[in-house]
Amino acid sequence: MTSEFDPARLAAIARDLRVLILRMIANAGSGHPGGSLSAVDIITYLYFRHLRIDPERPHWEDRDRFVLSKGHCAPALYAALARRGYFPEAWLWTLRDVGSPLQGHPDMRKTPGVDMTTGSLGQGFACAVGIALGARLQGKTYRVYAMLSDAELQEGVTWEAALAAAHHRLDNLIAVIDNNRCQTDGFTADIVAVEPIDEKWSAFGWDVQRIDGHDFVQIHAAFQRALQPRGRPHVIIADTVKGKGVRSMENRPEWHAQPFTPEQAEVFIGELFEGGSS
Amino acid sequence: MTAAQPNREMYGKTLVELGERNPRVVVLDADVAKSTNTYRFRDRYPERFFDLGAAELNMVCIAAGLAATGWIPFASTFVIFASLRAVEAVRTSVAYPKLNVKIVATNAGVEICGDGVTHQGVEDLAVMRAIANLVVLAPSDPVTTRLATLAIAEYEGPVYMRLGRQPAPVLHDESVEFRIGRMIRLREGGDVTLIACGNMVEHALLAAEELAREGIEARVLDCHTIKPIDREEIIRAALETGAIVTAEDHSIHGGLGAAVAEVVTETYPVPVRRVGLRDVFASSGRDPKTLLARYDMDYRAIAREARQVLALRARQR
Ligand SMILES: Cc1ncc(C[n+]2csc(CCOP(=O)(O)OP(=O)(O)O)c2C)c(N)n1
Repeated sequence: MTSEFDPARLAAIARDLRVLILRMIANAGSGHPGGSLSAVDIITYLYFRHLRIDPERPHWEDRDRFVLSKGHCAPALYAALARRGYFPEAWLWTLRDVGSPLQGHPDMRKTPGVDMTTGSLGQGFACAVGIALGARLQGKTYRVYAMLSDAELQEGVTWEAALAAAHHRLDNLIAVIDNNRCQTDGFTADIVAVEPIDEKWSAFGWDVQRIDGHDFVQIHAAFQRALQPRGRPHVIIADTVKGKGVRSMENRPEWHAQPFTPEQAEVFIGELFEGGSS
Repeated sequence: MTAAQPNREMYGKTLVELGERNPRVVVLDADVAKSTNTYRFRDRYPERFFDLGAAELNMVCIAAGLAATGWIPFASTFVIFASLRAVEAVRTSVAYPKLNVKIVATNAGVEICGDGVTHQGVEDLAVMRAIANLVVLAPSDPVTTRLATLAIAEYEGPVYMRLGRQPAPVLHDESVEFRIGRMIRLREGGDVTLIACGNMVEHALLAAEELAREGIEARVLDCHTIKPIDREEIIRAALETGAIVTAEDHSIHGGLGAAVAEVVTETYPVPVRRVGLRDVFASSGRDPKTLLARYDMDYRAIAREARQVLALRARQR
């Protein structure tokens, strides 16, 4: 979408998506709120400002691709896809149900707009490297975006893929790391530390930027810069807050996959509109 | 008295018990300690606990190294990641050198529900059973989960054990004799034998009740050890009941059903029918009952297969 860059409009959309995420997970009875909320500002920017896509033609050959490598945060992606009109919003209330087109983790064969099946940490990113390679082989000019989590930086395959992408100089590939500094068992720094992330990716041959992943002005600048070919793949390290927007969830690893009721969801939604945080 | 609880919960509690008894026991996890219940050991013996983060292949290799230095590592993650992402480490770094590593994986089968295919471990029995030197277990209830955990700590050598995520009823007496490689007979019957593992043992018992109302007496065997499989008990079932149905929350390919059919066809061929996931990827789901029914893997499917296997036997005679 190439409308004017309007951070206030994007913030309003992101807030709506947060409401959908919370209601969707509560309704399903399980899911991953914390990481969906940390990722949703960037996903909003991509789907409502940046990606060259056409919801009418989810299989359009020349579309930009987006791979949610941290596939457990599917609710954030589903909310964006529904709002962009890839499928009816009613589908959101079937999340995780038997036979639903919205599976617990993204399924490229069931959900229009999903470009790669993901959910096993690390694999989505490596698949995105393959897509970028395939696009270049075909002489296509679309971009390939992949969103990773900080815990994915602990998987060996992530670094194997990072090496391969740099080796093949895939400057049509843009990775974004949702660095919310939390994983399932606690704070990433206490489990297996991954910092300094920027130095690692630099050493692996990537063009590195580091931003506040909830500031649309910084998000916009980083993705604009990543459009310029530099002969190497791009990574945007987005420092984020797990549970962003819901005060009582923010920066609490225990909200990684904790279930909550529809009534609790409404309390969380109330918090969203108190703080004006995004 | 043992209470109904998820087998993974009983596993975590038994690890604490083991930690007390045996100072050589160490525990590893890959960022799912709350789910696997290894957090119970972590909270009690933090100096003997290592969380390797989202790095399952690495975790199994590190466990191999710890075993090589005399420790008894229990390495836990979800079935899917232990049996597929980390499997070459299980084979080449653990089973081949016969290192004393216990891989205990939770969240087996389609019953996990919400997360869907990416988190359903339904190929592990097939994969692990094909690996030499490896003992493969799938206990059914909290009582046998505790006994199995204690037994594999005693056993010197590589072990893989799968456990379910959902609450499991108590099916066995506290005094039950648990031996690796020996099935447990839960119900006597002479018409047909139902052999099941893990969460499907409960379904086999329910199926046996349904069959009993129709005048069919089913023997029910809890096959907690998939490898080495209890050949004697299978041959006895073939000889004495002449018809067998297997049930597992796993692909019909290569798991318990395959192991039983291999023994039967090589020794005393009688009809065998298998209940399991029939060569499809299952959906997400919101509750295990609906999901198992949808994929034709519940007690009704077992009872129906029992009737069919009896019809098959009647035709053969
Ligand atoms: C290979 C693999 N191992 C383990 C898991 C289970 N799991 C799901 S999310 C997660 C880690 C959560 O932390 P992070 O990836 O940083 O996600 P975020 O905080 O952004 O939600 C784990 C271990 C998985 N999906 N894939």
